[in-house]
Amino acid sequence: MSDEAQTIPGLGAPADTEWETVVGLEVHAELATATKLFSASPNRFGGEPNTHIDPVSLGLPGSLPVLNEKAVELAIRVGLALNCRIQPSVFARKNYFYPDMPKDFQISQYDQPINVDGWLELPSGKRVGIERAHLEEDTGKTVHIGGGGRIHEAGYSLVDYNRAGVPLIEIVGHPELRSAEEARQYVSELRSILVAVGASDGKMEEGSLRVDCNVSVRPVGSDRLGTRCEIKNVNSLRSLGRAVEYEARRQIDLLTSGQPVEQQTRHWNEDDGRTHALRSKEEDYDYRYFPEPDLLPLDPSTEWVEQIRHALPSLPRDRRLGLAEAAPSVDIDHIALAVERSMDDLALAAISGGGAAERVMTHIVQNLADGSGELAPESLADLVGMEEAGDLTATQAKKVLAVLVEGGGSPQDAAQTLGFEAMGIGELESLVDNLIAEHSDEWSRYCDGDNKLTGFFVGQVMKATKGRADGKAVTQLLNSRRG
Amino acid sequence: MTAVEIAAAVRSGQRSARSVVDEHLDVIVGGDADIHAFNLVAAAQARVRADEIDGAVAAGRDPGPLAGVPVALKDNLCTRGLATTCSSRILEGWTPPYDATVVEQLHNAGAVVVGKTNMDEFAMGSSTENSAFGPTRNPCDTSRVPGGSSGGSAAAVAAGFAPVALGSDTGGSIRQPAALCGVVGVKPTYGLVSRYGLVAFASSLDQIGPFTTTVADAAAVLDVIGGPDARDSTSISEPQPPVSHTLADGVDGLRVGVLTELSGNGIALDVAARLQAAVGALESAGARVAEASVPAAVYGLSAYYLIAPAEASSNLARYDGVRYGLRVDGPSTPDMNTATRSAGFGDEVKRRIMIGTYALSAGYYDAYYGKAQKVRTLIINDFASVWEQFDLLVSPTSPTTAFPLGERTTDPMAMYMSDVCTVPVNLTGQAAMSVPYGVGDDGLPVGVQIMAPALGEPVMFRAAAVLEASL
Repeated sequence: MSDEAQTIPGLGAPADTEWETVVGLEVHAELATATKLFSASPNRFGGEPNTHIDPVSLGLPGSLPVLNEKAVELAIRVGLALNCRIQPSVFARKNYFYPDMPKDFQISQYDQPINVDGWLELPSGKRVGIERAHLEEDTGKTVHIGGGGRIHEAGYSLVDYNRAGVPLIEIVGHPELRSAEEARQYVSELRSILVAVGASDGKMEEGSLRVDCNVSVRPVGSDRLGTRCEIKNVNSLRSLGRAVEYEARRQIDLLTSGQPVEQQTRHWNEDDGRTHALRSKEEDYDYRYFPEPDLLPLDPSTEWVEQIRHALPSLPRDRRLGLAEAAPSVDIDHIALAVERSMDDLALAAISGGGAAERVMTHIVQNLADGSGELAPESLADLVGMEEAGDLTATQAKKVLAVLVEGGGSPQDAAQTLGFEAMGIGELESLVDNLIAEHSDEWSRYCDGDNKLTGFFVGQVMKATKGRADGKAVTQLLNSRRG
Repeated sequence: MTAVEIAAAVRSGQRSARSVVDEHLDVIVGGDADIHAFNLVAAAQARVRADEIDGAVAAGRDPGPLAGVPVALKDNLCTRGLATTCSSRILEGWTPPYDATVVEQLHNAGAVVVGKTNMDEFAMGSSTENSAFGPTRNPCDTSRVPGGSSGGSAAAVAAGFAPVALGSDTGGSIRQPAALCGVVGVKPTYGLVSRYGLVAFASSLDQIGPFTTTVADAAAVLDVIGGPDARDSTSISEPQPPVSHTLADGVDGLRVGVLTELSGNGIALDVAARLQAAVGALESAGARVAEASVPAAVYGLSAYYLIAPAEASSNLARYDGVRYGLRVDGPSTPDMNTATRSAGFGDEVKRRIMIGTYALSAGYYDAYYGKAQKVRTLIINDFASVWEQFDLLVSPTSPTTAFPLGERTTDPMAMYMSDVCTVPVNLTGQAAMSVPYGVGDDGLPVGVQIMAPALGEPVMFRAAAVLEASL
């Protein structure tokens, strides 16, 4: 084994090597403030270009930043929700030239960020470490005109500074994710938390949530990290999964063919489904960070932090735990889905109102669309009760539910309106007994063990009841009559 | 007439603001061709403003404590609708859409802006020779520099173009030209005057202050421009007592230290003699004078010439040709940035951007910028212990009187030494001012620097008034 191979995990590994993907994510989320991080211009998506601007967000000579207190509060909410330590922090200037950055430096936080050392729990129960979650300002947007919108072929470029100075929180996770799927779960969970605490709208499609992923690979069992590449331009959960998978594959192919992975910043191209090299480590900027002299150090009082902590809403993880406790037999994915869709309050209320947990959760996950949260939990509980009593079939219950979501009312009334009037067990019994008498031949064959005749009898019952009977209940009844 | 006299006359209706302004504009027209104090004279605008003030007086309203007082503004203070150049080609064609806080305050106090004054480009220099528009000359001797970087403002007041001018002081840029031109110049406590609208050179050091011919005028202006401003996060949030009210309180019993590190080595003998005379005057007025030592002060210049360029390298990044000012086209955006900055900045600005960029670079930060910040802390601590024993400190403002034009332009180190007495106070954020105190052997003005702890302006002005009266 060469020296190089000893220092690079997996270099020249045999084709049958089992690989592990290592992912660490940096997520930028726009904070949902009314105004920008350092000025009074509105923080609003869209708008005519260069209308949400002022001397400060344009970085005009002589302008000075003034910190937005609401942004700090939202950052602290995020820090608390991610189990971070909230500490005194310092703003720093990150210096590099870019046309959409008005001052040619970005005000960010560097060696003393506001939130450090937290963790986030995935629905699976796995905890992922959060290194830091710091405040910084967003840049403007450059539009390249001509040449199909590509920078190198463009005739000219236009810059829109509406977004410049919008508050961001950058959440840096430890490289503890081990697959594309875990990376997706992490971002999904993080987004739910950001939305739950009111810090961000979490819209990846509008760029309010942006993900940079650091990907490396190593043979399973290796305790050293491989060389990582940072992937930019990942704009949806779907792209995230695809980009991580592609990049891991690319790195594995390099290593197995004996080529080391070069540390690079790469760009995900949604159209060709590949990542492309943007710049190597050597070409990286020297940001020349230093403390921002125009702003004072930020030192939120303990009282303020505690006040924010007490006002925090319950977080997705707690809500999952709560629902899982009320519905212990229900699959964790369904629990997570219900919480993600903010249907957990309805589920909990229906269950505590007497609805059988599994049936309640089936309706929540399969039969109710987002925004059905206004359905009265008692109605859902009653509906489930009718199913349990055999008064409604699953198919009927779904139809009743649709009526309830549409216009409210009680499930009993809705069932009646739909013609699903209650069919008591007594009615069903007499019907079945009549059928047995009418079809004595078939019955004796059935009693001799010809189970194919189950279908015949159920079909007869359905025909007689125009589908009102519960097939399952009929089968049970036939069985018990057979003795 | 002093600013205080003008304001009294205009407020009482004895004189019209218009006549005051016209008179000063005439002096400017007659004299500025030789001095070049101004980059821009806003004659028409000044007359309109003067008429407004006269209208207010006629209507029985009080235009404010600086009613009708002509004011010249250093050309790094943003003025809505008036070009603001920082004496640099890079801001060619840019007109700010807003007024600096101090400009608003002056306006609200009834002052009349008569023009924008020449300066070293982006306030980098000590002679006003680093201006893209040519040097300013010292009205006391036009073969000499006025000092800098606020040389245009100092010269404007010395030449009688305006009784009041504002400058900015990052390492002595108000006090040194005030000394060289024989006028009063004040660098207030960092945070006392809002920096909003002052085009930044070195944000942690910059402070705006007045030039005037009298101590009382300086006090009157400081009382107008000092105070909290929500637009500047480094502004001191508590209002301060006015300095004008206690001007006449004298120095009896005050403990005054002669700062040895800034008063011996490298100070011209005639300048040192004037300092001794000033110390004598303070003693005669009842001050208890002793030698004071701030050992770390000797490192002030070295720390300053790393911290100031480091901040400047970042503050001046925005002049990239994208949004305003000069643009020199190139095949790509980085090429355009480079071409613009190469053509737009003068040599001294480029030199400092390079020094500052280097001082902040990965691998050098700790040795340069980091070390300089530690020295800064050391100087702050040294001064803090001196303030336990003294109420005020004195030193020369400048090691020499005004030097000839061209003498130091090819020797940056000699030029930087001009700031040796003034720089320490910018690093600490304390208050300091220069008061003219006679002339040197060459017949040119000598200034005495009075230093006070943070927010010590009232006491500092009392000593300045005593010195002024003793001449």
